[in-house]
Amino acid sequence: MTDNATHPELHDYPTARLSVEHVTKTFETQGGTVVALQDVSISIREGEFVCFVGPSGCGKSTLLNIIAGLEKPDSGRALINGTPITEPGRDRLVMFQEHALFPWLDVIGNVMFGLKQKPNLNNHERLEVAKYYLYLVKMDNFAHANIHELSGGMKQRVALARSLAPNPKILLMDEPFSALDAMTREQLYGDIQDIWQKRKKTIIFVTHNVRESACLGDRVLLFTPHPGRIREEFEVSLPRPRNINDHDLADLSQRITAALKGYNQANECD
Amino acid sequence: MKNIAQTFIFFFLLVLIWAGITGDLDFLGIHCTLWSPYVLPSPSLVAQYLWDNTLNGKLPLSMLITLRRLLIGYAIGLIIGVPLGMLAARFRMMRNTVGVLGLGFQGLPSVCWVPLACIWFGQTEAALLFVVIMGTLWSVLLSTENGIRNVPPIYARAARTMGSSPIHTLLFVTLPASAPFVVSGMKQGWAFAWRSLMAAEIYVSVISGFGIGQYLHYGRELQRMHQVVGVMFIIILVGLLADKLIFSPVEMWLHRRWGTARD
Ligand SMILES: Nc1ncnc2c1ncn2[C@@H]1O[C@H](COP(=O)(O)OP(=O)(O)O)[C@@H](O)[C@H]1O
Ligand SMILES: [Mg+2]
Repeated sequence: MTDNATHPELHDYPTARLSVEHVTKTFETQGGTVVALQDVSISIREGEFVCFVGPSGCGKSTLLNIIAGLEKPDSGRALINGTPITEPGRDRLVMFQEHALFPWLDVIGNVMFGLKQKPNLNNHERLEVAKYYLYLVKMDNFAHANIHELSGGMKQRVALARSLAPNPKILLMDEPFSALDAMTREQLYGDIQDIWQKRKKTIIFVTHNVRESACLGDRVLLFTPHPGRIREEFEVSLPRPRNINDHDLADLSQRITAALKGYNQANECD
Repeated sequence: MKNIAQTFIFFFLLVLIWAGITGDLDFLGIHCTLWSPYVLPSPSLVAQYLWDNTLNGKLPLSMLITLRRLLIGYAIGLIIGVPLGMLAARFRMMRNTVGVLGLGFQGLPSVCWVPLACIWFGQTEAALLFVVIMGTLWSVLLSTENGIRNVPPIYARAARTMGSSPIHTLLFVTLPASAPFVVSGMKQGWAFAWRSLMAAEIYVSVISGFGIGQYLHYGRELQRMHQVVGVMFIIILVGLLADKLIFSPVEMWLHRRWGTARD
């Protein structure tokens, strides 16, 4: 398997713009009503890499799930290329914090799972596509490994391949690296940027790690909780590929952290 | 190899002791007959019985009859039990009704069904099958329900985002995800089915065929203890073979795939 795989499927680069309009979402809990999202609006360009950053409980996952179609907003709506999102779809694949790989399938079986439900491909083509994505995430030597034999980082690589394989327009990543050690994460920062440039996807990446968001995003949206809102936006125009240990990146993440602290203090005074 | 050797030596010693106390080792000058053959037959008597009745075709024929009953009853138990378990896992209403019923009946030894089965179906194959099904059904139902309810919800969420329909998710995600539970339920169901059938065959004499359990029954009636012990051997052997040839390999595969392997 090489970079110049031949199948036309692999030379198709679908992407999409996304908009969220005045989305509000509340949950009834034992402690009362939680406003997970309050009047959130965003607009994301085709092929943009956007990071949601903020402390836990500020509605990042909720917004991601609404975009995925796994949850419905109380009011407002999310649109993909102008069409309202009402249910999950193959054009928006999700990568979860826990890998969610299926233990009864081997690595390639997992990558094939979504592909098998994609029409217009025969099984031979599906296998070729699956192998290409395993190569892309550097897991092509583990096609027939069992899931439990893989390290945490390798599992997330396979989960990434599984999400990429059906060729979604948008990739939704919910704290995919937060359970990994720092060294493994650093390698993945490089790889995910590389893959994003090769596959030209729109990516929404949720994290509570400010530095990670500055390293990966074209744009960083800062969330704050109670109620969940987007408080500030940061454009990141640093050249790619970016290194997490970069100086300019450190400056930017300091600015974001400072802003976050400011909002926290303001909250505490309320 | 070491495992096999240990097992083999253990059983060899066991049979040796048995032979010693039943007079089979008299030729070695060991005169020790604690019990008469009517109470505890010697290994040679039992072996003779098994050998003769295998050669004259009686035992193979009754094995065939018994295994047929077992497989049919077990299969019906699975065919009803697995879907009912899936429904009970899905719908609260089913859990509150059929689920509780299953819990109750699972605690009922299936021999208890024999009197009713005889009245409902008479001395027929149907009566035997009914008892086997009652033995299998409930444990399979409960373990399927338990297995499905233990599947992490994130699997179904992941499948849905990849375009899985609800039916597809049930068949290709929820069911395989619950396989470790379902298989252990199937194994338990098999053990119950086997016990139930033996109980039923001992109590119910069916003209349509003489099963292995019925040989046990007549062995007792006719005071032929070597027949009773011989048949007990066969019953044990069937249980062991089913475990080693069918269930163990499947469980091994599951454990290896899931990473829960034991040695
Ligand atoms: N299914 C749910 N039921 C009740 N409360 C929920 C549910 N999902 C999220 N919440 C609440 O909504 C808020 C936002 O949650 P979430 O979107 O998971 O935050 P984040 O991903 O930013 O940590 C939290 O206070 C959380 O407790
Ligand atoms: Mg979250």
